[in-house]
Amino acid sequence: MFLVTLSLVEPAFGLVFWMTLSFLTVLFILAKFAWKPILNSLHEREKTIEDALSEAKKAREEIANMKASNEDLMRQARAEREELLKEARDVRDREIATAKDKAKAEADAMLGRAREDIRNEKNAAITEMKNQVAELSILVAERILKEKLGDPAAQKALVDKVMTEADLRKS
Amino acid sequence: MLKPTFFFFYFARVSTFAAAKKGVTPRLEMLKPLLRAAFVIFGALSLGAANAQHEAHATDSTTVHAVATDAHTTAAAEGHSVEGHGESEKKGFDAGKLILDHIGDEHGWHLWGHTSLPLPVILYNTQRGFSVFSSSRFEHGHKAHAGYMLHEGRVVAVNEEGDVDAHHATVNEELTKSTWDISITKNVMSLLVSMALLLWIFLSVAGAYTRRAGMAPKGLQSFIEPIILFVRDDVAKSAIGPKYMKYMPYLLTAFFFIFLNNLLGLIPIFPGGANLTGNIAVTLVLALITFGIVTFSGNKHYWHHIFAMPGVPGWVLAILTPVEILGMFLKPFVLMIRLFANITAGHIIALSFFSLIFVFGETNAGAGYGVAIGSWAFTVFMAMLELLVAFIQAYVFTFLSAMYIGSAVEEPHHH
Repeated sequence: MFLVTLSLVEPAFGLVFWMTLSFLTVLFILAKFAWKPILNSLHEREKTIEDALSEAKKAREEIANMKASNEDLMRQARAEREELLKEARDVRDREIATAKDKAKAEADAMLGRAREDIRNEKNAAITEMKNQVAELSILVAERILKEKLGDPAAQKALVDKVMTEADLRKS
Repeated sequence: MLKPTFFFFYFARVSTFAAAKKGVTPRLEMLKPLLRAAFVIFGALSLGAANAQHEAHATDSTTVHAVATDAHTTAAAEGHSVEGHGESEKKGFDAGKLILDHIGDEHGWHLWGHTSLPLPVILYNTQRGFSVFSSSRFEHGHKAHAGYMLHEGRVVAVNEEGDVDAHHATVNEELTKSTWDISITKNVMSLLVSMALLLWIFLSVAGAYTRRAGMAPKGLQSFIEPIILFVRDDVAKSAIGPKYMKYMPYLLTAFFFIFLNNLLGLIPIFPGGANLTGNIAVTLVLALITFGIVTFSGNKHYWHHIFAMPGVPGWVLAILTPVEILGMFLKPFVLMIRLFANITAGHIIALSFFSLIFVFGETNAGAGYGVAIGSWAFTVFMAMLELLVAFIQAYVFTFLSAMYIGSAVEEPHHH
């Protein structure tokens, strides 16, 4: 029993021999054909993932930057539009005001002219009417005179009457 | 015992384990002494009983031998399942012998009952040259063949050249000393099987990596990848530092070799069940390789620290330098012993629980069945624990190797 127990902690030559031989062989084969490609591709994949992540981060930052600049542009555009609109409004208001003034002045001038015309026309009409009335009266008078001046008393009365009336009208 | 679901559960924990290793390992280290104590008690009980029997009946070895041969044939004829062969066979169940047979090595691979797989015996003698023959020629130690026979499980040279009965042969001590036994024993066979498995697994995984370059891992590849990453990041990188890449092939091979063989050792049926990582020869070679790597990678800083620790007065160096030199050899020695003891202990515990069934069954069949239930439960529990131990011991061996390498390649700190 003791001998067997001792052999438990006593390395057997055969096993040491085979272990060394096979372990070193397997170590060599695996190092060359398994560990190298596995570790390399693990490393490569990690690198790819890392690169992809950093690229994504960069892209995100770029997008954020673009967004910020976009917003800036928008703000600028909006301000510009506001200004343009304001200017336009001012211009319009000014235009309207001047147009109004001009229109008013023109209208006033037109009215003045119209009034003058009316006055002139009225005066002319009055003059003409006066002339026509005078002619008419002469005509009437002639006719009356032709008929009624046979009688001297009547002539005298008529002359008086006309004279009075004429005085009255003049006064 | 080795359900795939359990494995998945187990591997899912690999990363968790890595994260919490500082917390987990001490807890397990606390469990170990308890298990050791349990093992010592069981071992002492069963070995003591076996020894007593052995000594009582080993007085007249020749007669016992003859009786044993008879008993052997009768037992076989009656279809008794008897574990182990030898003198004590007739005298009942010998737990100590069973356990030591199982954790040791043998010429030929015992499968079940009286069936064992014969394996090639390869011997080299400086006078006789090479002899190669099947282990079945020894007939379990009952026959001598070609001038050799089995004695206490070992091949010894005998004076008789032909096939003779073992107890008529006379041992030739001088020739035995000049005989080198490089037979394919059970452990060597197991070693070759595990090496073939390692090659197959990792060459196909490497193939998957080149075939599916830049893609997500799949199948076996995704099963292995977290472990490779664990060894790379948590073992090599953390213990060695920037120069870790050079030592990755050894660390990975050692890790997977130990891990695979620890697991194979837990499988009770062929081709598992060999106690390879619990064999001192195997752990010796692994520790020697670590020692070689550490010694050959040692930089000026490392040797300076061993032979003349900076900042230490001369008279202290007289004590310190021998201690440091001793430590240089002690580190790999402890590596060797730790793996050997842990795995062997696991095997002994599992076998002890099984042996209990037969020890009790011998006195009373009912007691045997009763103990069987408890033994079964404990064996299942132990198997679960041993699965964890299989990983932890592989991790510890690799991590400590990496630490020693790390200390050898460490660049001096500028204070």
